Amino acid sequence: MGDKKKYFTRMGDGSIVYMTEEEIRADIRAGVADAADRGKIPPLTEEEMEHIYNIITMPGGVVGVDPKDAVVTTSDSGSDKVSTKCCIPIDRSINAMIHERVLGADSVDIGLEDYNYKTVKGVAKREAAVLKRALNYTTMPIFYGAMPNLGFYTKPDGPIDNWAVLLPEGKIKEAMAAQEEAVEHAVRDIVFVAEQMHDVGADGINLDTCGAAGDADFLVALKACEIIKEKFPDMGVEIGMAGEFVLGMHGRLKYNGVRLAGLYPHDQVKLAEQAGASIFGAVVNTNCNATFPWNIARVCTFIKACSEVAKIPVHANTGMGVCAIPMCENSPADIVSRVDKCLIEICKIDGL
Amino acid sequence: MGDPLGQEATHGIAASMGGVRTSGDMVIRLQIAKKMRINEAKQYVADKLGLTIEEICDVVTMAEVREERGFGLANFEPYAESNIGMEAKFKIAEALDIKINSVERFKERAGLK
Repeated sequence: MGDKKKYFTRMGDGSIVYMTEEEIRADIRAGVADAADRGKIPPLTEEEMEHIYNIITMPGGVVGVDPKDAVVTTSDSGSDKVSTKCCIPIDRSINAMIHERVLGADSVDIGLEDYNYKTVKGVAKREAAVLKRALNYTTMPIFYGAMPNLGFYTKPDGPIDNWAVLLPEGKIKEAMAAQEEAVEHAVRDIVFVAEQMHDVGADGINLDTCGAAGDADFLVALKACEIIKEKFPDMGVEIGMAGEFVLGMHGRLKYNGVRLAGLYPHDQVKLAEQAGASIFGAVVNTNCNATFPWNIARVCTFIKACSEVAKIPVHANTGMGVCAIPMCENSPADIVSRVDKCLIEICKIDGL
Repeated sequence: MGDPLGQEATHGIAASMGGVRTSGDMVIRLQIAKKMRINEAKQYVADKLGLTIEEICDVVTMAEVREERGFGLANFEPYAESNIGMEAKFKIAEALDIKINSVERFKERAGLK
């Protein structure tokens, strides 16, 4: 074993690891098998697994796709992160221009530092003014984005009893009722914000990190999307997910007769379509303790299944800690570019 | 995407259309407006512009097309006829035969409709 060639790759937390061909191939198979088992979806073909192996072991720090196969990009809180994460104090409308003319983004979203609709509701018209400035000076589409973030509606920050407190106390019915009540508040807030953003010309509303608080959180996104599309059919809605699997914090919530708890991306996208979403942001979690070969093979199995059944564009969420991007602030270009190549060439995604 | 620390530039180089550098901004408009998947959206844009898929994905070709047709570029040269932002979106909406919400709101408020 000691004489065998070892290839540079990384763990899910970004740390460097060297693996032999046999080890990489074994992890690819294990990642595919895990996704196929959990999602009850077909595994990747031998050819596809070979293609992943070739991309992982390809020489070069950055790999890429044929320019004809390039896809388009959407973002979550895209216009804010240069300010909040890089600590460069610039207005978000200028940030949008930088994304357009410096970073080559295909679109970007304006979002508040406190990226949730409950907070935005109180300053929605101020936020709309920022969006309007950006729309006047940019050519590419601009979304307004935030998270449904249902947890913010619980006491002491919100009006509703906290189901995370009620559940351990055995108050199951009360916890379920609290989540149902929170759904109504959140949908109302999102639609209110969407109205303000439509009024200044938003190209779309980004409902980001949906399902973060479980199935009720996902239900909020679906219901809000339905209402927004009914009121403003000319405005797009992107539903981006929080994780690969909808947690059953409530457990019995349904949308159009389908129980939300336990849905994986290939089922989530069908509900997003029914709600009228324009773009679906699919997520698969990155496992920090597993290798990149394991993670990307697992991601491709899930995302391919999602992309195959989708009738609307699928943008794989390739931010930190999802879709095999390592869980570290400073993302390594070697892995990011290999993720993109795998997702485009194997999963036939429509965007990132 | 959206995390700036090593990601956005990497996605841009490795896998994305590059927005106004090519026709990425137009292709995504078709995803938003008509829910088209990527190949259909590219073909729609190519057909409307009278170009091939290769051409609408090419920086040099599209820079010339965008300049000639007033679609807006990543660079803004200091000459009077250079378009960017709202005026470029008027041209894009017309060329792609789609409605752009900000253009429609602008028309309403400027008394143009």
